[in-house]
Amino acid sequence: MKLKVQHLFGFLFAFLICHSIQAQDGYQVGDKASDFKLKNVDGSYVSMGDHDDAEGFLVIFSCNTCPYVVAYEDRMIALHNQFAPKGYPVIAINPNDDGASPGDSFEKMKERADAKNFPFAYVYDETQETTKEYGATNTPQVYLLEKDGNDYIVKYVGAIDNNYQDASSVTKKYVEDAMEAVLTGDEVPEKKTKAVGCTIKWRKS
Amino acid sequence: MVKFHVSLLVIFLTLFLKIDNEDIAPFKVISFDEFEEMTKESSDKIKIYNFWATWCAPCIREMPDFEKVNAEDPSVELIFISMDDGRKPERVTNFIEKRGVKSPVFLLDDVDFNSWIDKVSKNWSGAIPATLFVKPNGERAFHEGDMDEESLRNFISQLKQ
Repeated sequence: MKLKVQHLFGFLFAFLICHSIQAQDGYQVGDKASDFKLKNVDGSYVSMGDHDDAEGFLVIFSCNTCPYVVAYEDRMIALHNQFAPKGYPVIAINPNDDGASPGDSFEKMKERADAKNFPFAYVYDETQETTKEYGATNTPQVYLLEKDGNDYIVKYVGAIDNNYQDASSVTKKYVEDAMEAVLTGDEVPEKKTKAVGCTIKWRKS
Repeated sequence: MVKFHVSLLVIFLTLFLKIDNEDIAPFKVISFDEFEEMTKESSDKIKIYNFWATWCAPCIREMPDFEKVNAEDPSVELIFISMDDGRKPERVTNFIEKRGVKSPVFLLDDVDFNSWIDKVSKNWSGAIPATLFVKPNGERAFHEGDMDEESLRNFISQLKQ
């Protein structure tokens, strides 16, 4: 009996480890992404399900305080202006806890959205549940989702392009290339990329 | 007598300049290839490459702990790898001077991040702070996220086992 209990604990332990690894990894290309209901800077709540006319989304984990995000804000606006008319609007999600990073509070988000005149929704993941589920690791990080019936299929995860410093020196436009592939029904050439970015500022529990 | 004074002055200045030099961390802008070569150099110490940037608050918070452990544990050698903008190295050199950073600092100037992040570690998402440990036998270990003095010491003692 003692052995069985040990086994049980062993299985439980293994299960917990596998579970936590899975949770940490977040969404991979091909996974179904969950919808969310998050507060936008204009006071409304935004869900992907509310966009009947959308074919998919460019969900970008973003914030106010990260210099890499600041370097990419104009390119995020350009992506929205380029792909929203084709059915793929940008939704920017701020995942940062405002206790850990006061510059990322909802009020500061409103100020930033006003100053930059964001044409896209900029929503706050105050509970950080969506961020955890997606497995976002840093800002900025893009999830390209394609609508398939009621599902949102992950087609690309990663950086916007390969030169944050200078848009004119970019040699790989990861998100644009992935978008063009999805729009023409082709295989996304690079499905996952990495970039140096700012950590997510998690709530201290 | 004058000669004696001049000699003293020379000795004093030499000492002073030497101390001054030792006090300020060496700094250099490097490519990823140069970084990779650096991590492959043989050493009898555990090399600790800490990825940071002057604008990264959690990175700056952990730096004194890293320098303390480095000063107290002769079996490790700390090297700071800055992710700052390579076009503005003065941000890093000013920081080194202001904060009195002792360990060498290299600014890794390659923004094509996806081409090299996996070469540092498959486990690295790209978020900083992050730290690469290279043991004398060439074995590597990696930690993403910040570390305090205790967690760094624990990590090092596990590497020694």
